[in-house]
Amino acid sequence: MRWLAYMRPGDWLVMACGAALVGATLPLLWQGGFAERAIIRQDGQVFAEVDLGSRRDFSVPGPLGTTLVAIEPGRARVVADPGPRQYCVRQGWLVRPGEIAICAPNHVSVQIAGRTRAYDSLSY
Amino acid sequence: MTASVTELTVSAEDRRVAWLATAAVALSLVDAAIPSPLPGVKPGLANIVTLVVLVRYGWATAVWVSGLRVLAGSLLLGYFLAPGFFLSLTGTTLSLATLGLARHLPGRWFGPVSLSILAAFAHIGGQLLLARAWLIPHNGVFMLTPVFAAAALVFGTINGLIAAKLLAETPAADPAK
Repeated sequence: MRWLAYMRPGDWLVMACGAALVGATLPLLWQGGFAERAIIRQDGQVFAEVDLGSRRDFSVPGPLGTTLVAIEPGRARVVADPGPRQYCVRQGWLVRPGEIAICAPNHVSVQIAGRTRAYDSLSY
Repeated sequence: MTASVTELTVSAEDRRVAWLATAAVALSLVDAAIPSPLPGVKPGLANIVTLVVLVRYGWATAVWVSGLRVLAGSLLLGYFLAPGFFLSLTGTTLSLATLGLARHLPGRWFGPVSLSILAAFAHIGGQLLLARAWLIPHNGVFMLTPVFAAAALVFGTINGLIAAKLLAETPAADPAK
């Protein structure tokens, strides 16, 4: 290869370091941001704010009954809700910062937050 | 009305900078014409000129050529003082600073390819930091870091090879003529 003649020994080193850097940043692409906390709200008030570190369950009381929220490492979801249409339950696992499941009839919402908030506020 | 006392003398160095900056601006236009899958992922062909100038005429000339390229390129492409201009300026400033340090590396071991890769990473790093601090104040910006870093590595290597070839094939006499 003619082009290889222009490569000096250190150039290979720099290329290897560059490739290592690219490799080191790859998890950012898969992880998709930094899901760190789940915020459970009842009637607009923060009911619980939990780190997405360990497995936990929450029972959130509302006007229609109890909404069950499951927290797992890196994700959260609404397991059961007394609402008629079950939108928030069907949304499944919330993984990325900014994702939110809103159980409007029971006035409960579950939101994933990272280090910074994607939205200042949501009202419904 | 009195005659102007200001007299502008144009030195050979000025002419050289102007010619090289023109070449760099032309390559910026080519760059802009190449379709890109993602804003920010560009070959950065104008950096070939910067590299050649750095190796042949020194860092100060490279700063002049790059600065003029950013200014004139943004005027021609119509993004002067738009966010893209500041991204470009930050990237160029950081990569020039990096080149200023990297050119002291022993030349026997580290050639234009090293300089090019380092400058490319500095460029994209500066742009990402500015974008995070100013344009999109959310860590989601960094999600695309791997894509940008990979592009910097690939295009940095290619540009460095082209610069090395140009430097090897053109005589050390003034190529701006």
